[in-house]
Order: sequence, then C-alpha cells, then structure tokens
Amino acid sequence: MEKYVCNICGYVYDPEQGDPDGGIAPGTAFADLPDDWICPICGSGKDEFVPE
Amino acid sequence: MADVYKAVKLTDRVYWVGAIDWTIRDFHGYTTPRGSTYNAYLILADKITLVDTVKAPFREELLSRIASVVDPKDIQVIVSNHSEMDHSGCLADMINLIEPEKVVASTMGAKTLRDIFHLDREIISVKDGEQLSLGNLTLRFMETRMIHWPDSMFSYLPEEEILFSHDAFGMHLASAERFDDEIDPAILQYEGATYFANILLPYSSLVTRLLGRVGSSGMAFKYIAPDHGPVWRKDIGGTIGRYGDWAAQKPTRKAVVVYGTMWHSTERMARAISEGLANGGAIARCMSLDVFHRSNVAYEVLDAGALVIGSSTLNNNMLPQVADVLTYLKGLRPVNLMGASFGSYGWSGEAPGQIAEILKEMKIEVMVEPMKVQHVPRENDLARCYALGEDIALQLRRN
Ligand SMILES: Cc1cc2nc3c(=O)[nH]c(=O)nc-3n(C[C@H](O)[C@H](O)[C@H](O)COP(=O)(O)O)c2cc1C
Ligand SMILES: [Fe+2]
Ligand SMILES: [Fe+2]
Ligand SMILES: [Zn+2]
Repeated sequence: MEKYVCNICGYVYDPEQGDPDGGIAPGTAFADLPDDWICPICGSGKDEFVPE
Repeated sequence: MADVYKAVKLTDRVYWVGAIDWTIRDFHGYTTPRGSTYNAYLILADKITLVDTVKAPFREELLSRIASVVDPKDIQVIVSNHSEMDHSGCLADMINLIEPEKVVASTMGAKTLRDIFHLDREIISVKDGEQLSLGNLTLRFMETRMIHWPDSMFSYLPEEEILFSHDAFGMHLASAERFDDEIDPAILQYEGATYFANILLPYSSLVTRLLGRVGSSGMAFKYIAPDHGPVWRKDIGGTIGRYGDWAAQKPTRKAVVVYGTMWHSTERMARAISEGLANGGAIARCMSLDVFHRSNVAYEVLDAGALVIGSSTLNNNMLPQVADVLTYLKGLRPVNLMGASFGSYGWSGEAPGQIAEILKEMKIEVMVEPMKVQHVPRENDLARCYALGEDIALQLRRN
C-alpha cells in the first residue's frame, strides 16, 4: 500500500501504521481514510496529500 | 494597575493594546538588537473582542492598555491567531480574569493551546473561511498552516478592512511609533527581511501559495496588523510584494562567506576569497562567526546566490560555531544557492569536507572540492582562494 505525504508539513501517512490517535487502524489504505480525516501534524485535509 | 500604558487607535473601533519589549536581545536564539513588540488588538464590536495576547511578563501592560478604553471584563471574545507563547503567554490568565463567552482558535490552535496550558476550558475551533459574528462586525478566518506553526491563522475584519496577520508581515522592532509610515523604511526593510529569513524561510513555498490565496480572496486592506513590530497602513502593497520576493528567494550576485577561525589562517583565506568575489563583480559578505550571529547570517543568505563556508579543524571536527550556523541554516532550508567550503588545518583537516557534506544534504550544489591549506596560507594559497572567489563571481553573473 502506498504512502502519502502532506504537502504542507511533510508528515507521511503510512498505511501500515495507520493513525491510531486519529482513530485510523493500522492497515487502512489512504483512499479508505474518511473524507474528514486531517493531517495529525498540521490539520490539512486529504486533498493536500500526494503519493510519496 | 499602572495607567501609563494607553491603547493606540487604528480606527474608531479597533485599538492596539500590545506591549513594547525594549530590552529583549535574544528571542529564542535569534538576536534582536532593536527589541520587539507583542501586539494585541481590541475590537470594539457589540461583542468586544481581543485578538491575541502578549508574552507572560507583559500582562499588566496589556491589561492597562485595554483598561484605557474598556473594562477588560467586558471582553466577550478572545481570538488566538497563533499559540506560541509570545502571543498566548497571558491567555490563561486573561481567560480566568475576563471569563469571556468564547475563546476561538484554529483546529490545530485549539489543540496546541490545550497542550501548552493544559486548559480544561472549551476552545472553539474555527475552520478556514468560517465567519464569527461579533454583532455589528464580523471576523473571517483564514488558516495559514505551518506559517510558521501548524496552528497559525489570519483573522480579517471586513468592516474595517483590517487583517490580523499573526507573525506574518511582522518584525522584531521596539518603537514608540505604531505605524509603518512613522518609521525609517530602511529599518523596516532590514528587520522585516531578518524576520522572514529567520522564521518563515523554511515555509517559503507555502508563503507563495498563501499570497495567491490572499490575492484571489477579494480581501481589501486598510491595515495589516501583525503580532510584532509596526502596523502597516501605508506601504501595504510593498510589504505584500516584499513577502512575494523573499519567498521566491530569487538569487542575486551576493556571496556570503562565513567562517570560524582560531589562529586567523582560515580568516586570511576568507578575506582572499571575498576580495576575489568583489573583483569578479559579486557582492561579498565576509562574516566571522566570532562577531556575527547566526541570525545575521540568515538575513544575508535570504537573497544570496552563493554560500561559502570555512572552518579550521579542531580535534577532527569543524569548529562548534560553524556547526551551529550550519545546523541553523539547514533548518531554514534556503534554496537557489551554490556552495563551497574551505579551511586551514594542521594535520588531518576534516572540517572542509564535513562542511561540504552538510551543504550537499542541504541540496546545495557544491561547486568545487573543499579548499584546504596546511597551517598558515602561503602567497600561492591565497592566490588560489582569490581565484575561487573570482570563479564563484563568474557563476553568479547568471543571476
Ligand atoms: C521558530 C520555531 C520553530 C519550531 N520548529 C519546530 C519543528 O520543526 N518541529 C517541532 O516539533 N517543534 C518545533 N517548534 C516547537 C518547539 O519545539 C516547542 O515549542 C517546544 O515545546 C519548545 O520546547 P522548549 O521550551 O524546551 O524550547 C518550533 C518552535 C519555534 C519557536
Ligand atoms: Fe511565532
Ligand atoms: Fe511571534
Ligand atoms: Zn500536514
């Protein structure tokens, strides 16, 4: 599964890790993140992310 | 409460109620020879609103300036545009004292304020583009994430055409004057550029995007009210234009030669390189780290086209003051620079190579092999240094 990087702050979403603090289980693909999911570092929306 | 501190009027309904810090000289490692101000603003809307607070030791000054216009307890809304302590230092105290109806911040701001002050009180988080009615006036919010913290946000008051712009468009400059047109433009240019170079440079590409968003937002500005330094009311186009230029980091023919030295051999190399640069038509800045602060170097690098760094070797390493400035510059992520390294050494001479490696990590194109001289430079060594300066100057003519 592909990693995605935040254009604003550089945070990398790694599907293997998920985003447990944001309620996202490990193994969740970027495409399957809810539309209102935000970057845990800077609060940007999914549209700011690009494949790493 | 001392009543010598008064509010300063921007418009009939908006006042500056900040604090002047005449004596600060070190702002988290950034040298501030002219001191600073922490700006806070009072909006006399139906719902009286305070935009940002000040650094903790200046609480009485803030309260006193507010009290010269209204009873602080009449404030109903506090907006935090940036949760860093120079602007939020009094926030917890102000909340306790005033008991406002609402405390407002961006989504990340609300989270950061909780992490900083361990507040249990609710902070209302507002999203990009959201509006808050203050009765007869309105505040419109614009997120400016990572400029320069995740929480940073602009607040705009359309009825008065005032942009409250947190650290953006600000500078560390203590002054009795509150407006840009009352202060020497050369000082504003220098301190504004120094602020940009030391605080906003890593986020240059975001600044460029933000200026685009501001341009297309249709917002008109009579005032830009930052959190440090003077309020802009005259040269608004100029200050926005300069931000565009600085963020673009368009290189000039300037070369910054920065060095650390023990017995002055590396210094002699630095001087020879600088003379060669000047002879080749470049603008040379020759900066000994014994006398120049890292934040002075950052200022010079902002519009430079070349960065030439020297160090003698101390116990198989570069000098600590050179490591300091390199760590600092690396974090500031300057772009559009070419690089070179040099230094005198005694027997092992690791420093110039170490510097070149860091320049490469910074994605700076290193033009030549590190230039090394054993012990004290001879005439032909200085001639090599001079020629290096001339070579760099030749490359800089492209700019
Ligand atoms: C100019 C500036 C840049 C910062 N950059 C970062 C950063 O890149 N990453 C980070 O995690 N924190 C960053 N911070 C936040 C600080 O690390 C944070 O405020 C920390 O709590 C300060 O700890 P201290 O009080 O021990 O200095 C930055 C703070 C400032 C003032
Ligand atoms: Fe800040
Ligand atoms: Fe600040
Ligand atoms: Zn992010």
